[in-house]
Amino acid sequence: MTVAVFFGCTFIAFGPAVALFVFTIARDPLRVIFLIAGAFFWLVSLLLSSLVWFITVQISNKNSATQQTGLLIFGVVLSVLLQEAFRYGYYRLLKKANEGLLALSQEDTMPISIRQLAYVSGLGFGFMSGAFSVVNILSDSLGPGTVGIHGDSQHYFISSAFMTLAIILLHMFWGVVFFESCERQRWWGLGAVVISHLVVSCVSFVNPHYQGSLIPTYIILSVMAAWAYLCAGGSLRNLKLCLTCKDKDFLLANHRPR
Amino acid sequence: SPEFLGLGCVLCSSVEQKIYVVLNETVPCVRLLNATHQIGCQSSISGDTGVLHVLETESDLDWILSSGPHPPYMVIMETAFFNRSVMMRMKNSSRVAGVAVIISKTGLADNFSPHTTCPNQNTGVCSYGSDLANCNGTVWNPLGNGLSYEDFSFPVFALKDENQTQVLRKCYEDHNQRVNGSAPQYPLCAMQLFSHMHAVTDTVTCMRRTDLQNRFSINPEVLCDPLSDFNVWTSTRPLNNSAKGHAADESVVIAATRLDGRSFFWEQAPAAEGTVSGIVTLLATIQALYPVTQEAPPPRNIFFSFFQGEAFDYIGSSKMVYDMEKNDFVIDMNNVHSMLEIGQVGLLSGRSLWMHSDPVSRQNKSVSEMMSRMQSAAAGLKLTVNHPSVSQPLPPSSFQRFLRARRIPGLVLADHNTSFTNRYYESMYDDAENLNVTYPSGLTPDEQLVYETDAAKSLAEVATLVARSLYLQAGGEENNLNNITADPKIVAQVLYGFLVQKNNSWFRSLLPPEVTKKGVNSILSPGPPQFYIGLGPRVHGPAHSVTRFVQYILANLTGTVTNLTESQCQNPSELSTENKDLFSYFWVSGPASVNSTGEPFCVRASVRLSEAVSPAFELLEYGSRNYSTWTESRWKSIRARIFLVASRELEMLTLGVGVAVLLLSLLVTYFISSKAELLFSSARETPTTTY
Repeated sequence: MTVAVFFGCTFIAFGPAVALFVFTIARDPLRVIFLIAGAFFWLVSLLLSSLVWFITVQISNKNSATQQTGLLIFGVVLSVLLQEAFRYGYYRLLKKANEGLLALSQEDTMPISIRQLAYVSGLGFGFMSGAFSVVNILSDSLGPGTVGIHGDSQHYFISSAFMTLAIILLHMFWGVVFFESCERQRWWGLGAVVISHLVVSCVSFVNPHYQGSLIPTYIILSVMAAWAYLCAGGSLRNLKLCLTCKDKDFLLANHRPR
Repeated sequence: SPEFLGLGCVLCSSVEQKIYVVLNETVPCVRLLNATHQIGCQSSISGDTGVLHVLETESDLDWILSSGPHPPYMVIMETAFFNRSVMMRMKNSSRVAGVAVIISKTGLADNFSPHTTCPNQNTGVCSYGSDLANCNGTVWNPLGNGLSYEDFSFPVFALKDENQTQVLRKCYEDHNQRVNGSAPQYPLCAMQLFSHMHAVTDTVTCMRRTDLQNRFSINPEVLCDPLSDFNVWTSTRPLNNSAKGHAADESVVIAATRLDGRSFFWEQAPAAEGTVSGIVTLLATIQALYPVTQEAPPPRNIFFSFFQGEAFDYIGSSKMVYDMEKNDFVIDMNNVHSMLEIGQVGLLSGRSLWMHSDPVSRQNKSVSEMMSRMQSAAAGLKLTVNHPSVSQPLPPSSFQRFLRARRIPGLVLADHNTSFTNRYYESMYDDAENLNVTYPSGLTPDEQLVYETDAAKSLAEVATLVARSLYLQAGGEENNLNNITADPKIVAQVLYGFLVQKNNSWFRSLLPPEVTKKGVNSILSPGPPQFYIGLGPRVHGPAHSVTRFVQYILANLTGTVTNLTESQCQNPSELSTENKDLFSYFWVSGPASVNSTGEPFCVRASVRLSEAVSPAFELLEYGSRNYSTWTESRWKSIRARIFLVASRELEMLTLGVGVAVLLLSLLVTYFISSKAELLFSSARETPTTTY
């Protein structure tokens, strides 16, 4: 649809993720490394799930539409479960690595906390997942045509961009909630993450009714955002103080000299 | 990732397939160049896109050129509007991105010839004064509108496939139709045409750039290629092919015709009346003459030649004359006694033919002797031959190139007195129907192959006339004339093969087995052959189909069957009984029966090919005024596709939303990260964690 739409959709899909990267991750090389490692873990999970998908499609009956639809649903569910499994695997790896990092570092405090690792790994998952969702669509948006000649909705590009935006942020929040639940052994938290991921993926099956898929996704996004904020150590009181700009007094009041 | 597919489209996994519908059958107009000009069409390097509009009425024309609100437009032109005035208005307008012309018989005007009014006017005979040159005396093609020789800066494609045209019309009706006179709303159906040509300006520039590339570039890129192919020639007495220059004791009567045609679009040239009538007549003439010239040979040899490339300033005939003058051919100009050329002979009115001659050499009595011999040959037939007025020059013909070199007596036989009777000269509509070749319905292809139409019978008569005149001209006896008759069945078969379907059982039996077995790219693809000269086997894979067909038909008509094996047929010089200098050897398939394919065998015939590339390219005189300098540009891809386009406002809105989201997220992130200690501090923190 031309360069304007290409840039518009790129900014929509990757804007918040790039902003987060620039302001919170880019300055610390350790965070960058863990971000990229997280992206790699997501990539491996995708590789495995696509391998299984490819094999099952080859041995299935290509002409039966119901079988193909069933296979698609199976593929989506499998992919979600594998992603979460790899998130758990990354968590275990990071726990082990953290002890090693502490031994290596000069200071006696940990250079990076588990909470920060949760955020960074979630964002890494989100970057890679977003890239795979939307780059293919972005490259086709560069051409002169828009979707619609076979009767599809015209809003394909912009809906995909908004969906990708939601997915990237969701991965980040899921990462925070997941790691926090694993730290505190709260298994229902893990289950909630998995189930909400499944819901978000499966709700995309109602496309091309984009309202039907985007609205539930954004609702889940807000819920997960609030939950992740609470897990990361925030509270409603802090938020109110911050927004009404009474922070200076609060900091001074709470600050104990060390 | 599979997450974004709607349930309705499980297997179409490509976004590109949701957006574009690719048109498979594309017939473009390409760029040709000569010493001074470029003609044809050109698109920009990334294709030309325009909103579709169907040109059916005059108000559509106004809409496209001035009042439509969504320029540039891609015009779908109905057949009736493909004429000079409309195309020139499109050419001068900046609101036209390209044209797709619907090629059909409905709405076709009474005449349409995109060729010039005076074909090949600069490369014919030089000696006419101003009263006869440049068609001042007779305009040969008065219906010509010269469109083929205009230079268009937008792509022009032809829509020959009815199903494809239907797809375009449906897209137009669904999205672009005007409702009650108001403009249609976005999204609109648009088309993109790719036909970017590499060569510009003229042949001199293009060849200079190609030479530079060849000399200095590691990966040289050729920009244009000269038009070239082969002439086909044979003779009643075999000529020694390895002895070049003057042939001792040979006095030759040349019988010639042209092998090619052209039209506005690339590689489309059915050329029925313009070319096929001549080819068929000469082939039937050869078939009629051959037995008699073996039994009762006339004193002079008869040399038959089919010239390729005559539409483009006489490529084939100028090359043969050049070779003759350079002593690089089996005969030279001193061997030539006279020449008879067969022009357009398919549309006889009232069974009368016309013998055109050169006004300057008319004074020579050999020409009038030729005419009287022809008239006496016509006496026994139901045809009459007349000569046009003495002051009329020769029509465009290969004979003009021979006259340019030497004043030999000759005639050009045609069905027209002054201007052409062909109303579709060198256009896509000069097809079987123009020549009145139609078959009754209900016949199988094999029955159509042998069905003798009236056109076939008429052409057989003309061929008999030509054969008898040639026999007399070669000094043969009059009492043998009655044995010379052309077989209408052969004429019917050749007409069917050249006008309707080249993949028929007779052609298949004449050609070598590897040609008949090839797949999609073989010269035996379905439909009639196209007579455009092309770039020769150097550039294109298989040899030009028409040249091959004529060569093998001649081998069949004039050859003798030998019992050589396939390897002996390929290397006959190893055998003492065979003479490679006098004959060519062809391994052909043989007639196929119902049960099996045919038994191939070896045919020996004195049929040869001679190169038909303009002498200008041998002499490296790319700006030559004497010889043809036509070249065809090269290109990377020629394709077409349709899709929907959104309004500019929607695109800008998307960009605006994107920029807004980016800025907002930058602001919010900065805010959050600067207040991070406050936001994420909580009573649950342990002193060991850091933020």
